[in-house]
Amino acid sequence: MNPSIVSFVYLVAGILFILGIKGLTKPKTAVRGNRLSALGMLVAVVITLLDSSIVNYNYIIAGVLVGGLIGAVMALRIQMTSMPQMVALLNGFGGGASLTIALAEYYSKLGSAPESFAALLNPVAADANAFGVGAEGTIAVVAIGLTVLIGAVTLTGSFVAFAKLQELMKKSYGLPGGPTGNGIFLLCALAAVVFLALNPGNSVAMVSIVGLALLLGLFLVMPIGGADMPVVIALLNSYSGIAAALAGFILGNTVLIVAGSLVGTSGLILTQIMCVAMNRSLANVLFGKMAATGEVVDADEIYAGKVTSAQPDEVALMLEVAQRVVIVPGYGMAMAQAQHAVRELADAMEAKGVEVEYGIHPVAGRMPGHMNVLLAEAEVPYDKLMEMDRINPTFEDTDVVIVIGANDVTNPMARDVEGSPIYGMPILNVDKAKNVIVIKRSLSPGFAGLPNPLFAMDHTLMVYGDGKKAVIEMTTALNQA
Amino acid sequence: MEILILLLALFVLSLFLGVELITKVPPTLHTPLMSGTNAVSGITLVGALLAAGSGSSPVLVNILGFIAVTLATINVVGGYLVTNRMLAMFKRK
Repeated sequence: MNPSIVSFVYLVAGILFILGIKGLTKPKTAVRGNRLSALGMLVAVVITLLDSSIVNYNYIIAGVLVGGLIGAVMALRIQMTSMPQMVALLNGFGGGASLTIALAEYYSKLGSAPESFAALLNPVAADANAFGVGAEGTIAVVAIGLTVLIGAVTLTGSFVAFAKLQELMKKSYGLPGGPTGNGIFLLCALAAVVFLALNPGNSVAMVSIVGLALLLGLFLVMPIGGADMPVVIALLNSYSGIAAALAGFILGNTVLIVAGSLVGTSGLILTQIMCVAMNRSLANVLFGKMAATGEVVDADEIYAGKVTSAQPDEVALMLEVAQRVVIVPGYGMAMAQAQHAVRELADAMEAKGVEVEYGIHPVAGRMPGHMNVLLAEAEVPYDKLMEMDRINPTFEDTDVVIVIGANDVTNPMARDVEGSPIYGMPILNVDKAKNVIVIKRSLSPGFAGLPNPLFAMDHTLMVYGDGKKAVIEMTTALNQA
Repeated sequence: MEILILLLALFVLSLFLGVELITKVPPTLHTPLMSGTNAVSGITLVGALLAAGSGSSPVLVNILGFIAVTLATINVVGGYLVTNRMLAMFKRK
């Protein structure tokens, strides 16, 4: 196949990826966008298969069959609540693919591969120009080294993130010395990249980079708590894209560079959005613990004698006469499997002429946009799902807010109490509404470990118990009213 | 060297394009965006195919290529299918 034609087809594939992501800017065009993107992938793969350097199809057919089967089974069987785990795994596989491509390219250019494990540690007398002449050769080796480094960190880091999300790993371990230990590890890996660039034939250096980077991925993510995983998977998403773009530099392949950099920026922007929503810097998420400073607030002092509770049928009476109700869901709602029940309550209210909307905090789910997917699955129309900045000005004109399974993201201390550990975190201003219903098992604190003065306000009613059961009782009472 | 500069230019311009595009994706679609970009990063399949199918190199290259093809195909097939499954659930009233 003529290289110009191949390059031209790669350009077409790149355009289709861009149009695909552009389609994702509106829910209406999103499905079509995803298909355009998939078409771009098909076009790129088909033109590559026609490449004359491919002489052996056995490994390709085997890989496509195994990978396709695993991918399809994962995609069709995964529960929507487990979507963060799936994305974590896909991030890891993306990093692993870039890692193995870079290694393959290294041994292919070297022209010889180790025959045994012992030979793996023997430096090869490489042709001085195996990777290119002069500076070009050095740059090529550096690109290979960096791809291996980022790819391997993404691979193991993502598997740890998966284990944390799946609650297989509950404790947080880390290197002694914390960030300093990780920094030393990173410097060692970078030193190995430099050494490899100076001695391209030294596969000991290559093996060291792989080993150090695999360990670094583990050590970077292991100390990070489960509540911070949304930030971590967004960041690893970005790494997998950067690794793909770097692999594009190794192969001189334009479509890898375009696609990889789009993925890289996407992950970085989502990381940034999550950090802002949690009011924490990236460095604080990666290396710090949740701020333990700030005034200690005594829960008893805030709650004592001021908390009012209500039964679901009493709430139904309030909902019946309301004009506008906003539902504020948190991950607790998904854990109680109450999405469908909540949508049925919303349907019952709308049947009585009540205007219902949902207020979604950016960190309401376990990953960016997770809550929206969970509600879409329960057939809540997407135009009812309002992001924080759009719903906040409307709370003053809202008769009833129903908070279900959410806590910290409604805590007015984040807005009003300057000494509070969560001060400055953007919240949903549900306390501005005329009445607030909080459905919760008890007054226990959320991830931040703080009491929530919202629960003790005069216009707040607590409905204790299982979220799903309480919502179903409200719906029944409302339908009978 | 000139090719490297051209590739670098492509990389930098794609980063800027990425920022412009991604900032316009509404929060409602951020999860499909992540799984969709997982699928797009499966474009490494292109490089993996070349490694897995190469004839003249050591067998290790083919084996590494096979692993790369498998991993990248999981991303492509899994990423696009699951994104499609999610997006199909987003409906207007």
